[in-house]
Amino acid sequence: MSVVMITIATLVVLGATAAVILYAAAQKFKVYEDPRIDQVEAVLPAANCGGCGFPGCRAFAEALVKADDISTLLCPVGGAAVMAQAAGILGKEAAATAPMVAVVRCNGNCDVRPKTNNYDGASSCAIAASLYGGDTGCSFGCLGLGDCVDACQFDAMYMDEKTGLPVIIEDKCVACGACVKACPKIIIQLRKKGPKSRRIFVSCVNKDKGGVARKACEVACIGCGKCEKVCPHGAITITNNLAYIDDEKCKLCRKCVEVCPTNAIHEINFPPRKEKTTEEKTEEAPAN
Amino acid sequence: MLKTFSIGGIHPAENKLSAQNPIATLDLPAQAIVMLAQHIGAPAEPVVQKGDIVKTGQLIAKASGFVSANIHAPVSGTIEKIDDVADASGYKRKAIFIKTDGDEWLETIDRTPDLKKEISLSPAEIIQRIADAGIVGMGGATFPTHIKLAPPPGKKCDILIINGVECEPYLTADHRVMLEKGDEIMVGIAILMKALSVNKAIIGIENNKPDAIAHLNKMAQAYQGISIMPLKVQYPQGGEKQLIDACIGRQVPSGKLPIEVGAVVQNIGTALAIYEAVQKNKPLIERVITVTGKSVSTPGNYLARIGTPMLSLIEASGGLPVDTGKIIGGGPMMGKALTSIDIPVTKGSSGLLIMPDREATRQPMQNCIRCAKCVSACPMGLEPYLLMVLSQKGIWDRAEEEKVMDCIECGSCSFTCPSQRPLLDHIRLGKNKVGQIMRSRTK
Amino acid sequence: MNKLTVSPSPHVHSGDSVKKNMYGVIIALMPALLASLWFFGVGALVVTLTSVAACLLFEFLIQKYLLNRAPSILDGSAIITGLLLAFNLPSNLPIALIIIGAAVSIGIGKMAFGGLGNNPFNPALVGRVFLLISFPVQMTSWPLPIASRMSYVDALTGATPLAVLKEGVKSGQSMAELTEKIPSSINLFLGNMGGSLGEVAAIALIIGLAYMLIRRIITWHIPVSVIATVLIFTGILHLVDPQQYVSPLFHLLTGGLLLGAIFMATDYVTSPMSHPGMIVFGVGIGVITVLIRVFGAYPEGVSFAILIMNAFTPLINKYIKPKAFGEVAKPVKA
Ligand code: SF4
Ligand code: SF4
Repeated sequence: MSVVMITIATLVVLGATAAVILYAAAQKFKVYEDPRIDQVEAVLPAANCGGCGFPGCRAFAEALVKADDISTLLCPVGGAAVMAQAAGILGKEAAATAPMVAVVRCNGNCDVRPKTNNYDGASSCAIAASLYGGDTGCSFGCLGLGDCVDACQFDAMYMDEKTGLPVIIEDKCVACGACVKACPKIIIQLRKKGPKSRRIFVSCVNKDKGGVARKACEVACIGCGKCEKVCPHGAITITNNLAYIDDEKCKLCRKCVEVCPTNAIHEINFPPRKEKTTEEKTEEAPAN
Repeated sequence: MLKTFSIGGIHPAENKLSAQNPIATLDLPAQAIVMLAQHIGAPAEPVVQKGDIVKTGQLIAKASGFVSANIHAPVSGTIEKIDDVADASGYKRKAIFIKTDGDEWLETIDRTPDLKKEISLSPAEIIQRIADAGIVGMGGATFPTHIKLAPPPGKKCDILIINGVECEPYLTADHRVMLEKGDEIMVGIAILMKALSVNKAIIGIENNKPDAIAHLNKMAQAYQGISIMPLKVQYPQGGEKQLIDACIGRQVPSGKLPIEVGAVVQNIGTALAIYEAVQKNKPLIERVITVTGKSVSTPGNYLARIGTPMLSLIEASGGLPVDTGKIIGGGPMMGKALTSIDIPVTKGSSGLLIMPDREATRQPMQNCIRCAKCVSACPMGLEPYLLMVLSQKGIWDRAEEEKVMDCIECGSCSFTCPSQRPLLDHIRLGKNKVGQIMRSRTK
Repeated sequence: MNKLTVSPSPHVHSGDSVKKNMYGVIIALMPALLASLWFFGVGALVVTLTSVAACLLFEFLIQKYLLNRAPSILDGSAIITGLLLAFNLPSNLPIALIIIGAAVSIGIGKMAFGGLGNNPFNPALVGRVFLLISFPVQMTSWPLPIASRMSYVDALTGATPLAVLKEGVKSGQSMAELTEKIPSSINLFLGNMGGSLGEVAAIALIIGLAYMLIRRIITWHIPVSVIATVLIFTGILHLVDPQQYVSPLFHLLTGGLLLGAIFMATDYVTSPMSHPGMIVFGVGIGVITVLIRVFGAYPEGVSFAILIMNAFTPLINKYIKPKAFGEVAKPVKA
């Protein structure tokens, strides 16, 4: 009997001491955490993709709570809606942002951009790019080894086996920018998704002179300047033999798309054109 | 017992096919394409314009910035244009195009074949002459030589080591130079010793070149302080750090230069170029190149002007074999695969290796079986299998701790791996990334 | 002209391959296999064939149907596992048990971790220890050498020299009495004793080691450090009290020490990567083996020692690095 009593007593005393120590420790090492961090974190998408520039959603929540002006901070995954929610919790102003999407600015598939050599190194664009210009005559274009696809955490990209180019699945793309960072050739860019997801961009980053670019790839931008001249909104500039369309200024009139002799300018999600233009296009095609 | 370096190392098949073929002088090219960036550092700045007439040896582009080198006209003729041209890696770079019109040399250059032994210039003048002549490390590193000859303040050099190892398989250019230009090399070394004010020089030569060892041993009798050290054959003995370890048993600490242990290393070819620059006033406008490969009909060693198209070298060796699958600028271990043969010879071109199709491609990669053979092979005592994983996963801070920056890119790890893993491909990328991070930190 | 191939350097390869190494190990195992056939006859043959076949089969089935990968049974690693498992079994073990052992080796020891290159423990030892713990009786009845050549499950059995020793020391017999009961050193060296089928012939195992060293399949670090540690440790014990502790030579030649040191501890996947690490690993195996043999409950401890050190391998890899270039720099005064 007494053995049992002693055992119980010892355990009780032990337990109590441990509890006291634990409590004291918890008090001593307690860190004050702003409860709003948890609230904000709860509205964030929990993708932990790093698209905001912070190491994860919690870190971003902390930054949002700490910063007085949050207009420069953006969660690209959640977009304006989530930012508004977070701003609401914190009583701060979120910047109004247009939704973005990644676009691939290279259209040089195997038919129009012939291979000039065979790459036989480790399968990584970064490694190939640091070795040499690439397996075609164009030293700016896509290497086709899929670093961007590997970087995408949202399954929003895949490599098209036929063209050898990456494809972005618009609906899944959250514009976190991981692929932009992964691409050593800086081919992928985040652009405004545009009204009804319509957008126009130059699908080429080749800065070689027109003749050289054209020789390497049939659909390269040759820097001829036709688009720059035709654009009524001054959205197009040509630098280093390469046209660039400013998505802030572009009004989606599509004039440039028509004049581009190499079809380097792409329009996305537009309805088909009126009869006349389509005819012209088909007639022109063989001449290219 | 013969000496060699102390950690790791491998024994690739030597394949020195052209070792017995004397150096032949190649005809002048009809057009010389002189790249403005053929050395480590900033590209040179052109000092000529389209339409200018230049003589052989005339300065056509001058060094821009501290690490850079002068470039001289390799032929006489008219400047056609200064334009972009694809370099070995397919990227476009600036080059000066000269339309050859004979070979009229600058009068100041002494073209007589007589050996000139007395060294009349002072150390400072010697270094200036070397800088003027645009001499760079001719083993392939192409680091401007005059910078290497001026030790940073507080550091003192006590020994000069000459790299006659030529540990790259296939290449024989240095070997031939040692056999045919022994006297010039000796004077070149004496000049270097004077410039560095050291009284001891060692020429390290691997034991697979007994003729060169014997020949230079004989020559060295007549020169004070120069000795020949035969070394056991082992790759990468030609690596600066490995060579110093092999010759004098000093190990350059991680991240430091050879001068830290009191040594300066120069290549055989550089010694010859220095002789010509200092004694004959001749700038670096030509070099010896090995053209080789198992399928090449007549492998050989050629003295070619800078700017000569690689194609003419191949033609001189019997033309491009039909089954060519890969062309390498340099040796098979550290050379660069070329995307085309329409590129010119540069100061760093030590060889042109033509590989047939069947040898050109790698075998498929398998899982790492953790056999540790890469670890045993690495001459820097690194763990390549680990560095590859860290670099694949982008764990740069760990990669830095594991001394990725110590890698000398010798390729011993990839060479050895039974699973055919592309270790060095990934490690090199890791080096680039970690290097960037370290530089941005010190900024 | 065809398109040129472009890749980063190096552009040549040693020609070494996983297959070459694996088949090299298999060749190195052949002398020991021949010795076991000599001493244990049919039993050895049946056990070895069953074990190898079962390992290959399980590897194939798991890769094909569970992992949906292209089966790679011909790379030789499953054959090695099968051989090593067999070498660690008595030659009268029933076929069913061998198959269970093979299933555990390949299934749990190897494939569960992701296949060749990822397993933390030596697969053959995982299978062996599983059998030893689950079927201790069958696993410790040892057919007599030569005498039972023509019989399999019904072979005459006896104890291994190590077991004789352990029992003897426990029951207080003197070393002189015991030495009479155990085979002479020359018999131990040739393998004329009871034991697992592949572990008995020291000479055959040493030939295998020499072959692997010459072909550079393994380096000397692990086998030498294991053996040296056992010799030194038991040597000291023997010097302290020759009555209580048997001579180091006996420890070296009996049980699975040589088999373990040469073929199991050197398994690529489960041993450390750096030479200093390999030595630490080897010393650890040596010490644990002696501790188990001399002071533990089991007469033999090599398998356990290797498995325990396998568990330490990641730690060793983390903290014990190869000797780096430049660490021994002697700064020079000019
Ligand atoms: S390439 Fe680098 S990691 Fe590989 S063996 Fe050479 S020094 Fe070591
Ligand atoms: S040599 Fe290859 S297989 Fe062996 S450890 Fe290194 S990377 Fe792995």
